[in-house]
Amino acid sequence: MSSILIAITLLATLAIIFGAILGFAAVRFKVEGNPIVDQIDDLLPQTQCGQCSYPGCKPYAEAIAAGESINKCPPGGESTIIALADLLGVEPEPLDAEHGAEKDVPMVAIIREDECIGCTKCIQACPIDAIMGAAKQMHTVIADECTGCDLCVEPCPVDCIDMVPVETTLQNWHWDKPENLIATSEQPHEENLEQGVH
Amino acid sequence: MSSNFVNITSPHAHGGNSTSRIMLLVILATVPGIIALTYFFGWGNLINIALASITAIICEALILTIRKRPISFFLKDNSALLTAVLLGIALPPFAPWWVTVVAVSFSMVFAKHLYGGLGNNPFNPAMVGYALVLISFPVQMTTSWASPFFLSLGTIGVEQTISFTESLQVIFSGTTSLSDAFSGATPLDTYKHLAKNETANEILQGPLFSGSENNWFAGGWEFVNIAFLVGGLALLALRIFTWHIPFSVLAALGTCSMIFGWDADLYVPWSLHIFTGATMLGAFFIATDPVTASTTPLGKIIYGAGIGILIFVIRTWGAYPDAVAFAVLLMNFAAPLIDTYTQPRTYGHDKANRGLPTKPDASDKEG
Amino acid sequence: MQTITLHSFDGGIHPQENKHQSTQTAIAQLPLPTQLIIPISQHIGAPADVTVSVGDSVLKGQQIAKPKGFISAAIHAPTSGKVVAIEKRELPHSSGLEGICIILDTDGKDQWLEEINNGSLAINEYLEADNELLINRIRDCGITGMGGAGFPTAVKMAVQNRTIDTLIINGAECEPYITSDDMLMRERALETLRGVQILLKLTSAKSCLIGIEDNKPEAIQAMEDALHKIHREHHIAVVKIPTKYPSGGEKQLIKILTGKEVPSAGIPADIGIVCQNVGTCEAVYHAVAEGKPLISRITTITGESIEQPQNVEVLIGTPVKDLLGYAGFKQEKSLFQKLLGSKSKTESKPRIIMGGPMMGFTLSSDELPILKSSNCILAPSQKELPANDLASACIRCGLCTEACPAELLPQQLYWFSKAGELDKAEQHNIADCIECGACSYVCPSQIPLVQYYRHTKGAIKDERAAQQKSDRSKIRFEARQARLDREAAEKEAKRQARAAAAEKAQAAKKAAAAEALSKQTTESAEGVDENTSTDAPAETKNPEPVDLEKLQKQLDAAQAGLKKSMDKVAELKASASEDGVENAPIENLDVFEKAVATRRDKVKLLALQIAEAKKLAPPVKKEVSREDIEKKLRAQQDRLAKTKERVDLAKEQGLDSLPALQKGLDKQMQKLKELEEELAQFDKAGA
Repeated sequence: MSSILIAITLLATLAIIFGAILGFAAVRFKVEGNPIVDQIDDLLPQTQCGQCSYPGCKPYAEAIAAGESINKCPPGGESTIIALADLLGVEPEPLDAEHGAEKDVPMVAIIREDECIGCTKCIQACPIDAIMGAAKQMHTVIADECTGCDLCVEPCPVDCIDMVPVETTLQNWHWDKPENLIATSEQPHEENLEQGVH
Repeated sequence: MSSNFVNITSPHAHGGNSTSRIMLLVILATVPGIIALTYFFGWGNLINIALASITAIICEALILTIRKRPISFFLKDNSALLTAVLLGIALPPFAPWWVTVVAVSFSMVFAKHLYGGLGNNPFNPAMVGYALVLISFPVQMTTSWASPFFLSLGTIGVEQTISFTESLQVIFSGTTSLSDAFSGATPLDTYKHLAKNETANEILQGPLFSGSENNWFAGGWEFVNIAFLVGGLALLALRIFTWHIPFSVLAALGTCSMIFGWDADLYVPWSLHIFTGATMLGAFFIATDPVTASTTPLGKIIYGAGIGILIFVIRTWGAYPDAVAFAVLLMNFAAPLIDTYTQPRTYGHDKANRGLPTKPDASDKEG
Repeated sequence: MQTITLHSFDGGIHPQENKHQSTQTAIAQLPLPTQLIIPISQHIGAPADVTVSVGDSVLKGQQIAKPKGFISAAIHAPTSGKVVAIEKRELPHSSGLEGICIILDTDGKDQWLEEINNGSLAINEYLEADNELLINRIRDCGITGMGGAGFPTAVKMAVQNRTIDTLIINGAECEPYITSDDMLMRERALETLRGVQILLKLTSAKSCLIGIEDNKPEAIQAMEDALHKIHREHHIAVVKIPTKYPSGGEKQLIKILTGKEVPSAGIPADIGIVCQNVGTCEAVYHAVAEGKPLISRITTITGESIEQPQNVEVLIGTPVKDLLGYAGFKQEKSLFQKLLGSKSKTESKPRIIMGGPMMGFTLSSDELPILKSSNCILAPSQKELPANDLASACIRCGLCTEACPAELLPQQLYWFSKAGELDKAEQHNIADCIECGACSYVCPSQIPLVQYYRHTKGAIKDERAAQQKSDRSKIRFEARQARLDREAAEKEAKRQARAAAAEKAQAAKKAAAAEALSKQTTESAEGVDENTSTDAPAETKNPEPVDLEKLQKQLDAAQAGLKKSMDKVAELKASASEDGVENAPIENLDVFEKAVATRRDKVKLLALQIAEAKKLAPPVKKEVSREDIEKKLRAQQDRLAKTKERVDLAKEQGLDSLPALQKGLDKQMQKLKELEEELAQFDKAGA
């Protein structure tokens, strides 16, 4: 009889001790939970281009959180899809071509200012208010803020908006990744390889 | 950019070192050991090495063709050859030919190329091949060891020798009747089994242990190990690898065996641990395989010590005659983890960053 | 020689020095080139501002670009001549990008600016002079660090709110081939030391260590001899350090000489140290003691493709081809290439390197100019420095880890860079990589490690910028969204108010009808009105005074619009009648008439709303008089409505009475306005 009591007491004590440890750990090492929508939103490129068919990145983040597929963001491209897949623990999917293709280089909108008629249509289209101007006044793009989303190009009645690649300067230039000279990778130009070694 | 001048990144000078040179030097450093092996245990290992090399080169060429990689470029790096030589040394001298072929082809195809080829394999290919045949063909792998007294080509205590053609016969035709007389288990295995009911002195009287009371080494094996030690030290002097791994392997194994082996009647004494079996080969040639080892200075010490301890544990309490292969493979598993937690302190930092990046993977979005 | 405990840095390599080739002859003077190409961005910081224009004649030493911003440096004409162009030219930079250059055609006279020539800019008693004066002179002379990075010296010496206890002078020159500092110290030790004295005075450091690698015994000797000549300084010491690449790296040299480490992302001043190159010291001396700006430098020209390797004093902006021509550049073709005609593109072209073999960069053309920081032009033969164009797999041999002077794990950094794992690369301190190239030098697989690191560093920078931009975009997007929502809410509120008003108008019409029948019923109807109107604004929750004012404004606008539309209608009709076709359909008339109608409705509606709002606004206080006005207003509005109906009718039928009617309408509107104003004034007075 007493042995049962001892066993029970022992187990109870252990339970209390471990419970206390777990409780302490839960408080002490509490993970600051970032709501999932915000985490997803942080991974999206914030171009607000709407190519995903949602009116901006946040709405798409909300949609993803609600089960929308993660491959609808062309500006983010593959890296965003992989990051989202990592975050959500799902398989990365190839970019949904229906929503557009990933661009190789960052773009910026430029208004050919002498052609601008000041219709304000582009101002209304810009999701991040990066176009300055007033009715009947020439408009201009705040290049530093422009995300290159394209949304202003369509509404312009006189087609005076161009999307141009962001200019490389001495300040933002950096070396390219070395060409794939590492021979462990599949080589399209085998003869080159053979020859390169003397 | 089209211009008349070459445009490439710095540095423009190069020290002239190359992968094939490193591999070749390692192969050359095994030569003293191979000579010793041949001297004491007959032609078996030499035949194995030749067989393994041919198999390795054929396998490598085949799989490179399948993987659409340049064949001569890779064959020139000597890495396949090195794997083959190490396997040829490690396998029992009288292992049937097909054991060698299976081990080598498995190590080339599965342990190396299926992981992406040289530099990408997480496990030491030679040891993967070795472990495979050890598990699959335990009989051949435990009884094909040569007894030096019967096989030595030298003069000390020669009672009988086995000629080159006889060796070929044993390996290729599997004439077990012949090999029974000459081969058997390794000294470590023997000692371990005998220690259950005999005293150290009694065991050391046995034929495997030079028959001398004062000799704490196993006949022939000590010279083989010393030969490998010489080769290893030469590589160390040539800065092919650093002292960390061999030192920590030997130190850990020595320490463990001294602690447990003080009573030679119960456990294998430290001298046998250090100077028999594949200890030196393992410490200098196998554990130091850079692809699969830990790479940080502190990590190398931990990795080596892990191998040393595991060798002792498996040799002492495990069922297998030698433990280098398993010890190395087990530590291969641990190498990436060790690396993660043993980053050195960088210039200008108060302490080292260790572990994984703490930030969430937001930075996966590349520019 | 003072004995100083030397320390050592981890790693490092011992590449073949190849320094003897270029130290055989004394420093030569390059003949005046015909044209100089002077980029305005030769230093770290903002490009200088051009102060000359095309066609200007300039004298030697004349400022042609002034510093812009705090971290910037002036640029001077290296010789006399004429500015023939200011245009974008390719810069000597790894990127091959273009930048603004001043193109100067030399006139061969090499005529100094008068102030410099007569010595009026020189500060004679410089060791007694004011620090500010000295720093200004250094700034005016455009002195930048001549060791490689090109940081403006004046800025480095001026930003010293920290106490400096050691000045370190870098004479290590650890890169193979380069001997410009070596030759400078051999031939101009005294000037260099005087420059050191000036810098020492500026930093007020307690000691000064001049670190020179022990493979330059002549330079060490020359410096010590010069030190003996300057008797006063006892705390300047020439220190012989062991030859090991990269001991000339600022961080490494500091470690060797002091044992201290520059904190990551910090500067030497954080640990009380300032480091300057010997070449900079000499330039500082000339700037201060002679008033001469930095217009030339000593450059090593060497390599097996050069017939006479040597050190040459060249003007800044001299095209490399002049230098190559002077020293004799032979384009080689190896026998092997001749026989096989190598297909590999990197093998068939010669290679010109600006800087040394470890950290220099290749030039894409020989038209590029020498900069203030160009210490070497290296033209190696292919045998000498074979172009390494094929890497094999990394075997993790760890040789790079042993060679790394920053105690990094180059191999891990390589894997992370290759896989684009920027966060891991960052965590492995890729930012602390000094890009010395030691890892690539020892790499048996010949992997271009440094390029991987440079790429990754750039990618991390890009990513940071992208992250910041995306954060900003998010904020902007959210702000815009909030604004749109607010506007939508306002619109909705207005719409609701209008709906309520329409309802009210209906009620009012009924009420008006009732009024005609009996006054009592009117009152009761008004009671009903009040009830409904109290409900509606309560729903829309418009604050009264603001609303009223706004409504008033809207009403004014609407009325003005109405008037305009009506005018237009009239005008159209008039023109139509002028044409003589009375009843012909007038173009656009219906449109304008519709506009008139809608505007009229709007006016009505607004008026009603105002009325209502006013009714609600002041409580019962001045009921009588206010109600009177309101009644008047309402009556007026009714009248107006009637008139408008009549106008409409007239328009529809195209009656001649239309102008008259419209005049009447205008008048009525005027009256309505007056009434409304009255009401407003009344309200104001009440408030």
